[in-house]
Order: sequence, then C-alpha cells, then structure tokens
Amino acid sequence: MTAEPSHCASLPEGHVTHTRARNVKERLIETALFLAAFSAVATTVAIVAILLYEGWSFFQHVSLVEFLTHTQWTPLFEKAEYGVLPLIAGTFTISAIAVLVAIPLGLMVAIYLSEFASHRVRETVKPFLELLEGVPTIVYGYFALLFVTPLLQKIIPGLPGFNMLSPGIVIGIMITPYVASVSEDAMRAVPMAMREASYAMGATRFQTAMKVVLPAAISGVVAAFILGISRAVGETMVVAIAAGQQPNFTFDPREHAATITAYIVQVAMGDLPHGSIGYQSIFAVGLVLVVITLFFNVIGQYVRRRWREAY
Amino acid sequence: MQQSEKNELTALRRDIAKRRRWDVIFGLIGLGATLIGVIVLFALFTDLVLDGYRHVVQEEFYFNFPSRRPERAGIYSAWVGTALVMIVTFLAAAPLGVAAAVYLEEYAPKNWLTELIEINVTNLAAVPSIVYGLLALGLFVYILDFGQSILTAGLTLALMILPVVIVATREALRAIPQHIKEAAYALGATRWQVVSDHLVPYASGGILTGVIIGMARAIGETAPVITIGALTFIAFLPPMPFAGDPPAGPFDWLFSPFTVLPIQMFNWLSRPQSEFHSLAAGVGIVIIVATLLMNGLAIWLRYRIRRNLTW
Repeated sequence: MTAEPSHCASLPEGHVTHTRARNVKERLIETALFLAAFSAVATTVAIVAILLYEGWSFFQHVSLVEFLTHTQWTPLFEKAEYGVLPLIAGTFTISAIAVLVAIPLGLMVAIYLSEFASHRVRETVKPFLELLEGVPTIVYGYFALLFVTPLLQKIIPGLPGFNMLSPGIVIGIMITPYVASVSEDAMRAVPMAMREASYAMGATRFQTAMKVVLPAAISGVVAAFILGISRAVGETMVVAIAAGQQPNFTFDPREHAATITAYIVQVAMGDLPHGSIGYQSIFAVGLVLVVITLFFNVIGQYVRRRWREAY
Repeated sequence: MQQSEKNELTALRRDIAKRRRWDVIFGLIGLGATLIGVIVLFALFTDLVLDGYRHVVQEEFYFNFPSRRPERAGIYSAWVGTALVMIVTFLAAAPLGVAAAVYLEEYAPKNWLTELIEINVTNLAAVPSIVYGLLALGLFVYILDFGQSILTAGLTLALMILPVVIVATREALRAIPQHIKEAAYALGATRWQVVSDHLVPYASGGILTGVIIGMARAIGETAPVITIGALTFIAFLPPMPFAGDPPAGPFDWLFSPFTVLPIQMFNWLSRPQSEFHSLAAGVGIVIIVATLLMNGLAIWLRYRIRRNLTW
C-alpha cells in the first residue's frame, strides 16, 4: 500500500514529503494498535507475576509440604494452620455437584435443540437460555441461600442453612446454558449430509442423534464439559453466600464448607494489612485456583482442536 | 412358510414402533430439560419480586443511604457508584478492545507473536473473575497506588470484559465484505484510512453490541470488586465527575472510595435478619433490570443491524 517516493519523480516536491509524513503516521498508528493488542499478553503476565510474587512471600513463611498436606486452614486464627486441602475439598465437592447437574442437563438440552426442536421452539427457548446465562452470580447466590436451601431442607430433614448441596446445584443450573450452547454449536456443525444418510438408512431421530451426530461432534461436546468444569471451579459469589465460608475438610455435600474463591472473598471483606501473611495467603490460594482452571482450559482447548473430525 | 414371514413382519413392526416411541420419549425428555431452565428463570424472578417488590416501588429506596435500620436503608451510594465505575470501564475497555481487535484483524502478520496474543485473548476469557480482583489488588491498589477507588474498580472490570469486546469487534469487522476494503485501497487509501473511514464505522453496530454485552456482565460482577477491598458501608456520594476546580479537582471522583450495587446486595444478604434479605432482593431486582435492559438493547441492535444490512 505504500507509495515509493523514488518512483514518483514526476510528482511535485510537496507530494513526496506528504507521502513520507503519511507513512510515519501510519507506522505510529500501527504501533499503538499493536500495543493495545499486546495488552492481552501483558495482562496474563501481570496476573502470573503478581500471584507468584505474593505467593513467593507466603511460601517463605509456610513450607510447600505443609501447604499441600495439612488438613486445617485457619490463617486468620491465633494458632494459624496453612493446609489448603480443606479449601480444595470444598471446591472439588461443589464443582462435582455442579457438573453432575450441568452435564446431563446441558447435553440433553443441546441434543434436543440441535436435533429435535422445531425452528420455532428453538427461537423461542434460546433467548431464555441466554437470559439465564446473563443473570449476575450474586443473584444466583440469593437464589441458592433463600430459595433452594429452604426447598432442600424440606426434602432432606436436618440440612443446615449453609451446605454445599444448594450452591452446587445452583452453579450447575447456572453453567448449563453455557455447556448446552457450546455443545449445540458443535452438533450443528456436523454436516447435514451425514444426517440425511442416516435417515435414508431408516434410522430414527434418536438413533441419528446418538449414533451419528453425537459421535461426530464429540470433541466439541467434551470440550464444553471441560470448560464448564473450569467455570464451576472459579465461581465465587454463590459459594461465598450459600456455603458458609468456614473451611471444612469433608466431601459430604450436606455440610458447610469454604472454597478457594470463598476464602479470598472472606479475607478481602476484612481489613487485612498489606504485606501480612493473611494478605499473602489469598495470592497463594489464588495461584492454586489459576493452576486448576488453566489445566482444565488447556485440556478443553486441546480436545476441541485435536479430536475434531474435519468434514 | 407364510406364517413365519408374517411373524417376522410383526416383529419388525414392533421394533420400529419401539424405536419411534423412543423418539417421542426423548423428545419429551429434551423439552423437559430445556424447560427446566425457563422454570428456574421464572422461579428466580418470582422469588426476587415477591421479596423485594415493596422496596423497589418506593422513591426513598433510591435516594437513601445504607443504614443499620432496614426501614430507612437505600441504595443511593450504590447506584451512583455503579454508574461512575461503569463510566471508567467503558472509557477504558471500548478504545482498548476495538484497537486490539483492529490490529488482530487488519494489521497482524501471521507469526508467533500474533499467535501468542490470540492464545492470551482466548485464555483471559476463561480466567475466573476473582483472579482479576487479585491482579487489581496487587497491581492497581498497591503497586500503582490507585487505592481502593472508582478508578481501580473501573479498570479491573475493563480488563475483565476486554476479551468480550475484542471478540465482538473482530466478528463485526470480519462481516464486512472484502470488496469494500479493496475499493478503498484501489483509490489509494492507506491502511489507517481504510480502517478509520470505512471498517470501524461500518462495524460500529456490532462493536456497540459487544461493548454493551460486556458492560452488562460488568454491572453485576461482584467478586473482583470485593477483592480490591471496596467498602460495604458508604453513606456519602463521591464527588461529581468533572465538577471540581482544575487541575486535580475534576478527577477527584476517580480516587474516591465507593460501593456498587452487587456489593450492597452481598452486604445485606450476609446479615441474618430477613428485613435485610428483602432489601437485598430489592437491589437484586435493580441489578437484573439493568442487566436485562442492556442485554435487550444489544439484542435489539444486533437484530436491527442484521435487517438493515445491505452492502
């Protein structure tokens, strides 16, 4: 696109300088735009650097072995214990419940919308699912604490007001639209010819969906599951509101517990001095959170790309 | 002979009928699963409205400060805080996101650096929002010394929604037919002239949709704002933007302590008394209505643009 000044000998002098000025301006703009795009990389680097820096200070006081093996997490108590396992147990239990809700539900919704629903039903239902995805997590927290928990208490007598079951179920419902829409995209990307071939052989819709479309779209569907797990692990407010914020080394969904994210909220609500070990501890557990979610995200992306059947 | 053929035929018919039945059964199951989402959405709204209705209809609710006495409590400081934080988020996320998207779509050469930026944008979209809060706590609050201010909160949320804005802008840019670009280049326009005179204006609808959807997410986001240490009890308003005397005065508001709607809701939800829970429901309604209005605006814009699109 750049005009070479030397080739424009017949043009007046003013035109050449004008072109040169224009090239300089173009260069400056390109650099500025590059810097804006590079801010994505800078953000990632900043996240990792901050977590490592503050986490490093934390691990000067607490040995990595204690952090990973002790079963008590009480950094804010007089007699502080720094075993992250209770937080991981809480995170794991709640995410597992969420996934048990979201995967079957999300998959059924995806198969239904992609293979069974008429155009009109799909167009009517999809906006509702989008709305469900757009509801702020704090409102889901309200829903878990003041609607789902009392409901569950009627079914399971003796269920305490703070438990892991209720936030787990609510997070599951919360990530269902996400799992469903990513899976549905994968299934709709399967070429029509494959369905037509299956129907031509006399297969029913259900057979076509389960034996032709789902296997063909499996990479996208599995990726949706994995990315859904990652979302459940990182979810904060529902847990902080409905699970009780008390670290508890148990996998029993009826008990109260704290997750990694709920602990960060709890500390941030208090007034911890900058540089104290309590302050550093939220970066240490934040590092654990980033490692876990990054693990799932990388696997999810890998599965999506690697297993994809190209048509 | 004839008898066995007849038997075979009835067996076959029965088999087909069975499979057809499965089709119907799964269709119903799928519809049920999909309706669960709609029902949950409905239950959530009903629960919120029943509980919070009486606050939302009162004018004092919007013009009272939070108070220890629930009958006098309101969300004045919270909605003003949210509005001011959103101004910062918009001013930071829109230009940065659009610039990054323009670079990736129109300038970026195919090399490892571009690949690295792309990977980072994808991964940042999947980072749990509370991790942005940790980044902001370490970087904006302490290293850059912005304090626990409106500026910090706005920038944090801007970083969080940046991937949304980038992805939406790229899609809008990609939807512009190649020949428009070629026509502009053929007339001797430079790259920046093509971008600023043609591509960005034509994509502006799509860009705006993306920015609005991002802001709708930011408005209900609680975890990162709690993590930076926003106060939960603010009984005053920050200085009005651009109202003070220069040089420092006009920007006082950026460094003011603040609270936002979701934090006010979390605060009320954390109290045991049911009067405060009903106040929380009131804030919940306000947040949901704001989110819905923004999402609705985005959907309407998208629809309008699609309908009016004639190249």
